[in-house]
Amino acid sequence: MQSPAPGTKSLAAIRRVGFQTIMRREYGRIIRIWGQTLVPPAVTATLYFIIFGSLIGRRIGTMGGYDYMQYIAPGLIMMAIISNSYGNVVSSFFGAKFGKHIEELLVAPLPNWLIVLGYVSGGVMRGLLVGAVVTVVTLFFTHIPVEHPLLVAASVLLTSVVFALGGLFNAIFAKNFDQISWFPTFVLTPLIYLGGVFYSVSLLPDWAQRLSYVNPILYMVNAFRHGFLGTSDVDLRFAFLIMAAFAAAMFAVVVTLMNRGTGIRE
Amino acid sequence: MKALSIRGLTKTYRNGVQALHGIDLDVEEGDFFALLGPNGAGKTTAIGIVMSLVTKSGGTVSVFGHDIDRELDLAKSCIGLVPQEINFNQFEKVFTIIVNQAGFYGLPRRLALERAERYLRQLQLWDKRDSIARSLSGGMKRRLMIARALVHEPRLLILDEPTAGVDIEIRRSMWGFLRMINAQGTTIILTTHYLEEAESLCRNIAIIDGGRIIENETMAGVIRKLAQETFVLNLRSAVAAPPPLPGYVSRMTDDHTLEVEVTREQSLNDIFARLSQGGIEVVSMRNKVNRLEELFMRLVESKGAAGARTG
Repeated sequence: MQSPAPGTKSLAAIRRVGFQTIMRREYGRIIRIWGQTLVPPAVTATLYFIIFGSLIGRRIGTMGGYDYMQYIAPGLIMMAIISNSYGNVVSSFFGAKFGKHIEELLVAPLPNWLIVLGYVSGGVMRGLLVGAVVTVVTLFFTHIPVEHPLLVAASVLLTSVVFALGGLFNAIFAKNFDQISWFPTFVLTPLIYLGGVFYSVSLLPDWAQRLSYVNPILYMVNAFRHGFLGTSDVDLRFAFLIMAAFAAAMFAVVVTLMNRGTGIRE
Repeated sequence: MKALSIRGLTKTYRNGVQALHGIDLDVEEGDFFALLGPNGAGKTTAIGIVMSLVTKSGGTVSVFGHDIDRELDLAKSCIGLVPQEINFNQFEKVFTIIVNQAGFYGLPRRLALERAERYLRQLQLWDKRDSIARSLSGGMKRRLMIARALVHEPRLLILDEPTAGVDIEIRRSMWGFLRMINAQGTTIILTTHYLEEAESLCRNIAIIDGGRIIENETMAGVIRKLAQETFVLNLRSAVAAPPPLPGYVSRMTDDHTLEVEVTREQSLNDIFARLSQGGIEVVSMRNKVNRLEELFMRLVESKGAAGARTG
């Protein structure tokens, strides 16, 4: 009837299966509610390409040596990755808190850092899936070269990790549904729009350029764009340093909050 | 071996409410243990601390020798919890809930699927395996939480009000199931408001009130402490006036029903003899309230009165 005595089943094995289970559950959630997770980014990207790419972009001409549609394509893909990595974790974790089923994980023999990794992996999975969907949409409108595939992969992974952790940070503190929409609406969206998705910061006046360099999303969008087009407004080494530093710092902060029980334990 | 050992456990919430005042508690391996107390006594807080859902303010807790401060994951791997409130994802399928929980405890996929089927069948939920959990009845949701807590076959099962709101037929079948898994070696700690349930199932008991353990002993020992019981006697024929029972406190609640308070020094035989002498025939008899309930109320009330005197 009973499990082996404690200690005979290695904690490493429990953690490996536990992590796989969180990932499987998160993947299942993304696929189960595909109408909320995968379709809207495709519709939004299509509208962006029609309006900004075809209608307005034709009048703009070239930017950074590429036609406008090609120039904004990496930014639009990255925008979808950022908002979906963030959105997946914030809604999944806050939903679990709200419905109390976060307790299923809190009573299980899994350390908090592993629970954080599980949720972040879910955010990264959704970011990658949505990124793939938006890339397919992009290919209906324009051709985008891939100059440095490894840079594309590295920037996607780091960016989605950072924003998945951001979603978790938001969900830990949120006490109601208003509080999970506040940050994306008033902070994330403006930072994305002002992060060089639609323009090169070199077009801005000096003061606006200086201000833009404080925006971490600028580095993510430009690193990603450099992977595709080979053109960037920022120093790539610095961009990756920023992304890695953000990922490491946010992971440490979120795990510390979980260990303290902030927002999840009495 | 002790399944659970608690020493000097304290909890003060941020709002200043002290929920636990340094409780000590031991539960032996294999026991069926009742943890009773009125609402707000500290039962759920104590369980929450053992399960790491509530952060303790002081004291130590160990589960099968694993201190929760040093070996939390090992301690947690030994426990299955059936909480008081529904806490599964109501939008998931029943089968998925069980399989996922098995995974969180490290059971490989194939074993998780086997166990999920076994426990859903045992708790008569197999037909509902593809239903969305939200659509289950209240009793089914309780049984789902029991199946979920058992899927990793824990050595210690903690049930916090598992039969609240469950009809009597399902409650009785759950009792049978819990007796069976206890007989197979699982240590069980039960909190309940149905004292009949605790008396019927449990061998040892602790009563907690105001964050303190006010009684901790065997069920039989606790029941023996009951100094006085009230019996309800149903009479064959209508009686106009209360029969004379000198030395007993008695009253007629209607012309066929006599209530008699009997202390430990007194005897039911004596009452029956006197009633027979008076030509009164008793057709049936029962305790006015469950014995444990009577004792529980007296303990809690006497502590309340003492508190009022000292406070």
